[in-house]
Amino acid sequence: MLYPRIIPCLLVQNKGLVKTIKFKDPKYVGDPINAVKIFNEKEVDELIVLDIDVSKEGREPDYKMIENLAIECRMPFCYGGGIKTVEQAQRVFSLGVEKIAISSVAVKNPTIITKMAERVGNQSVVVVLDIKKKMISGKYEIMIHNGSKSTGLDPVSFAVKMQDLGAGEIVINSIDKDGTMSGFDMNLISNIRESVNIPITVMGGAGTLIDIGEVIKNHGIIGVCAGSLFVFKGKFRAVLINYPTVLEKNELLSKVFLND
Amino acid sequence: MITIIDYGLGNIKAFVNVYDRLNIITKVARNPSDLKNSKKIILPGVGAFDYAMTQLNNSGMRTALEHEVLHNNIPILGVCVGMQMLGKSSEEGTISGLGWIDGTVKKFEIDALPHNAPLPHMGWNTVMKDSDSPLLKDFKNHSRFYFLHSYYFECDNSENSISKTEYGITFTSAVNEANIYGIQFHPEKSHSNGVQLLNNFSKI
Repeated sequence: MLYPRIIPCLLVQNKGLVKTIKFKDPKYVGDPINAVKIFNEKEVDELIVLDIDVSKEGREPDYKMIENLAIECRMPFCYGGGIKTVEQAQRVFSLGVEKIAISSVAVKNPTIITKMAERVGNQSVVVVLDIKKKMISGKYEIMIHNGSKSTGLDPVSFAVKMQDLGAGEIVINSIDKDGTMSGFDMNLISNIRESVNIPITVMGGAGTLIDIGEVIKNHGIIGVCAGSLFVFKGKFRAVLINYPTVLEKNELLSKVFLND
Repeated sequence: MITIIDYGLGNIKAFVNVYDRLNIITKVARNPSDLKNSKKIILPGVGAFDYAMTQLNNSGMRTALEHEVLHNNIPILGVCVGMQMLGKSSEEGTISGLGWIDGTVKKFEIDALPHNAPLPHMGWNTVMKDSDSPLLKDFKNHSRFYFLHSYYFECDNSENSISKTEYGITFTSAVNEANIYGIQFHPEKSHSNGVQLLNNFSKI
């Protein structure tokens, strides 16, 4: 039986680990390699690392850092940040990364998804959608360049387009929920989940394991990410890398998943 | 010593790293002479079937590899696409596989999957043993491993299947024929279960 995935998502800026709120105010929380080592011990389902400023600054991915992380990862490793070409995708791949996350370039040059999938396989091409709810209309919109630039694109139809072009997974990242620990945007998740049949991973808003359970209860086999929840502890947001134990995870899944 | 074939497709370092922790020496093979005197060989693979086969064919190592595996009977472990390459062909492409184990690679039918189950088959799934293969020694039935694929190996001869996994259908998740082994899941990314499996392979 396939299980839902509970995934820490780490944000990197200038080689340091940071955590943002609504994509702003990055707070330094430590060293990424050290975090990976702790997540190894905790046997996390998967790990996503996003280098948040690379695309905006037009830099190449930091291959040395990616390689160091990949060497350390004993779990499936998804890297995103600054990958624009098939060659870059292939190079990141060759460093021992299982999945490459694409964001800005998928918007600017959608057919690149097909070319990357031909090279590395559909299963390894992940499209991350950074999504913001517009203030007045209440409509959802895809943003790029670390949330700084609007695209006018509707997330549902764009997700379908990405699937049709060959993406193997969609990550739904809510900018409004990022770092707030106030629960997931369930409407946004349902809209996209119902429209595609490739794996979905959701990100933005996890404040407790109950929030994660709520997503799994509604959607079954799905990936659920958390940033703040797995790097902070307590209301003063003290930095403490954490993850549910096997026992805690099984208990959660037995409540929301296994009794379906 | 474990020889890991590097034909430009992923994950080499992840294997090296696991064996480093097990204090088992590894060697990365990038040309035919690197394959000489191999004791155990790992054929990793991520990516598309045709690209993987093309890369292997173009690496110049195929003949030497066939000599080691088919003539010297050196144990080999194909992982993910590396397992699929052991078959005759794949629905994912048009290039022939190695054809060392009778079987073909098929795509999961999305209509046959349980309600709302996505494709690729991605995540932690359970492995049910078909046999007492030394590769799966000391594993409890239903041990969890990490999967990431849309295609699966269908054996012509059921005795070649050494484990099965369920995802809509029940498919073969590990194969064996004589000294040739293949696993669909990723041991290098499956935490302690994966380490155990790679350790088992080193002792075959």
